[in-house]
Amino acid sequence: MGGEITLGHYLVLSGALFLIGLAGVVLRRSLLVVMMSLELLLNAANLALVAVGRFQGIPDPQVAVFFVITVAAAEAALGLAILVAIFRIKKTTAADQMASLRF
Amino acid sequence: MEQLFFWMLAAGLLISAITVVAVRNPVTNAVCLVAALVFQAALFITLEATFLAAVQVIVYAGAVMVLFLFVIMLLDVRVEVLGKFSWPKIGGVGLVLVLALVGLPRLSSAFPFAGEALHWGHAKVPGTAQDLGHLLFSSYGPLFLTTGVLLLVATVGVVVLCRRDTEA
Repeated sequence: MGGEITLGHYLVLSGALFLIGLAGVVLRRSLLVVMMSLELLLNAANLALVAVGRFQGIPDPQVAVFFVITVAAAEAALGLAILVAIFRIKKTTAADQMASLRF
Repeated sequence: MEQLFFWMLAAGLLISAITVVAVRNPVTNAVCLVAALVFQAALFITLEATFLAAVQVIVYAGAVMVLFLFVIMLLDVRVEVLGKFSWPKIGGVGLVLVLALVGLPRLSSAFPFAGEALHWGHAKVPGTAQDLGHLLFSSYGPLFLTTGVLLLVATVGVVVLCRRDTEA
C-alpha cells in the first residue's frame, strides 16, 4: 500500500466505480436503483476527468464536469418524472414489468 | 498524508457504491449514494478542484438526492422482490469484472503521464469559483447558455409529464 499516489490510482478507482455502477444498471430490477447506478457511472467519469485535468494542468475538464453535473440534475428530474408517470399506470417500479412495447 | 487520505476516501467511496448496488431497501440505497457523492467531493478536494467539490455537495448530494428521496417516499416502494436468477446476466457481469480486474491497472498505466505522483499544493490547475467562472463566461459562454435552455426544457418537460389531465 506504500508508494506515492499517482494518476493511475485515480483512474483505477474511477474504473472500479464505473464497474460497480454498470453491475447495478444490468442486475437490478428497480428503476429507482438503476437510476442511482447511472449517477454512479456519471460520477466515475467525473472523477477520471478531474484527475486527468489535475495532472495534465488544464482546467477545461473541470468545466466539463460542471456541465455533466448540470445535465445529470436535469436527467434525474426527467427520469424521476417518467418513473412517477409509469408508476401511476403500472403500480410498480420493476423494470421487467415494463415490456408493453416489446414485440 | 496524500496516501492516507486517498486510501481512506477510495475505500469509503467503493464501499458506499457497492452498498448502493447490493442492498434492496431503496432508502438505504439513496442514503448510501449520498455518502458516495460526499466521498467523491472529498476526492475532488484532494485533486484541488475545490469549487467542483462544493458544487458536488450542494447540487448532487443536496438537490438531486433529495429529489430521489422525495420520489421514494412518494411512491412508497417496498423492499424489492428478488428477480429470476438469469445466468447470462450474472455470467456477463462476472466476465466483465474479471476482465476489468486484469485490464484496469494495465490500461491506466498506459496513460503517458500516469506515473506522475500527487503532491498537495503543487497543482498547476486553478480550481476556484473565480477561475472556473472566468472560463465559463468566456470560452464556454455559448455552452453555458445552451445549458440554461436545457434546464428550462427539462423543467417544462417535468411539469408536462407529471400533470394530471383534469379536462378529460
